Amino acid sequence: MSAEAVAPEPFIRLSGVQKIYRKGTETHLAISDATFDVLPGELVSLVGPSGCGKSTLLKILAGLHPHDGGEVRIGSATHAFDPARDVGMVFQAPLLLKWRRILQNVLLPAEILGLPAAESRERARALLALVGLGGYEDKYPYELSGGMQQRAAIARALVHDPKLVLMDEPFGALDALTREKMNLELLRIWKESGKTIVFVTHGISEAVFLGTRVVVLTAGPARMADNFRVELPRPRTLDMKTHERFGEYTRRVYRLLGME
Amino acid sequence: MTTKWGRIGLAVLAHAALIAAWYFFVKLGDVPKFVMPSPAATLEALLDPDYDWWRNVTVTATEIFGGYFLALVVGVGLALVFTWSKTLEAFFMPLFVSLNMIPKVALGPLIIVWFKYGIFPNTIMAFSICVFPILLTTARGLREIEPELLDLVRSLKGSRWQLFTKIQLPGALPYIFSGMKVAAILAVAGAIVGEFLGSDKGLGYLMLQVQVTLDTPAMFMAVLLITAIGMVLYGFVLLLERLLVVKDARVG
Repeated sequence: MSAEAVAPEPFIRLSGVQKIYRKGTETHLAISDATFDVLPGELVSLVGPSGCGKSTLLKILAGLHPHDGGEVRIGSATHAFDPARDVGMVFQAPLLLKWRRILQNVLLPAEILGLPAAESRERARALLALVGLGGYEDKYPYELSGGMQQRAAIARALVHDPKLVLMDEPFGALDALTREKMNLELLRIWKESGKTIVFVTHGISEAVFLGTRVVVLTAGPARMADNFRVELPRPRTLDMKTHERFGEYTRRVYRLLGME
Repeated sequence: MTTKWGRIGLAVLAHAALIAAWYFFVKLGDVPKFVMPSPAATLEALLDPDYDWWRNVTVTATEIFGGYFLALVVGVGLALVFTWSKTLEAFFMPLFVSLNMIPKVALGPLIIVWFKYGIFPNTIMAFSICVFPILLTTARGLREIEPELLDLVRSLKGSRWQLFTKIQLPGALPYIFSGMKVAAILAVAGAIVGEFLGSDKGLGYLMLQVQVTLDTPAMFMAVLLITAIGMVLYGFVLLLERLLVVKDARVG
């Protein structure tokens, strides 16, 4: 049997994951039943309106929140997962430390994990080059535009070589043009780094454009409404957004989110 | 004129213009010396050895700098303790907010009862008036941490100490400095009020002495020297801020 014939073991396996927030006697169901797999090296888009629990799900994956029901399994026999070392996070705001230069900002996770300094510096420099910020190592965050700060934040999320990168609406605060550009950049960075990425967004076309797979979550009631593979050729290009196939995928999501 | 030197030039010009206005007001208005001395008469007072300027300046400066430094240590120290114990913070912070409401000047007579005359009670006065702004702004700065940044550190299983040294403390520095700037101005007021209420040396004491004889030039000179001490303190704080806080992060 050839290697391709063997279905790879999922890197993330969620089954029936539930999250309930309690405030006094009131309970709020943030996630009712999230069930999906993520293969190693996939870029999965989690799309849904505000309050659908997508950020909560991301925090559960990051090990920041416990879940109340179901099972979360990260890592496989071939891809071991260390919860302390193997999570990189990117948020909507770049959240760079104002008092640190860009290189020092990128190095923050490596410092926290106590990784060897010299190696980490080399890696941080290489990553800054990868995200297109070569030459900006000694700048302060305020000297960079919003898009560039977010690139630095992506480099920071990769500096400790995590196996899983969690992104919470990372381009949500950028203008439309910068956002499109960053989408292409992210696909390039993803391809070159080979990371597994879970990408949270409320942009439907962004979700389809980026994802190998799209998971749709709805709010009120919070539930997982769909989970499908995106069969669009790679590398993706912006003009694919005008293709019939792309339109079918986005319409599929629009219908679920009640916008059509 | 918005270049750096242009702005410095304008600032110097404004000060010079004020002194010129003062000069012409006294000269052309034929204002009596005991109401308002000319700039020259004020400077002349500086030459009179009877006023013992140097000693009085040292006394007042000691009170101001001493009280300020003490407030800095106690204010920042307490704020740090509070970030490590939420219970202590919940217990003491509301109390300090209430204490901050006391007009510190009103404590003057009590401080004299408790500590007698001299440099020490006036230092306490300066301390009591400037410790709260430092404490409150520092505590606020240490609290102001973006929740996502906290998530980032926690996702890496970073320790409480790492969070504190790498994010909280450097993030609080701009706040600490904004409190320190407010406190620098208050410290001067505190020390002088202390000297007015009861003391046997210092520039505030001197002002009360010469007031009796309507020696206005000496009073003017004393005010100028008090201002100068305040400016040195404030300038020192600004310089330190410039060295420690990245331009973009500075507040107020």
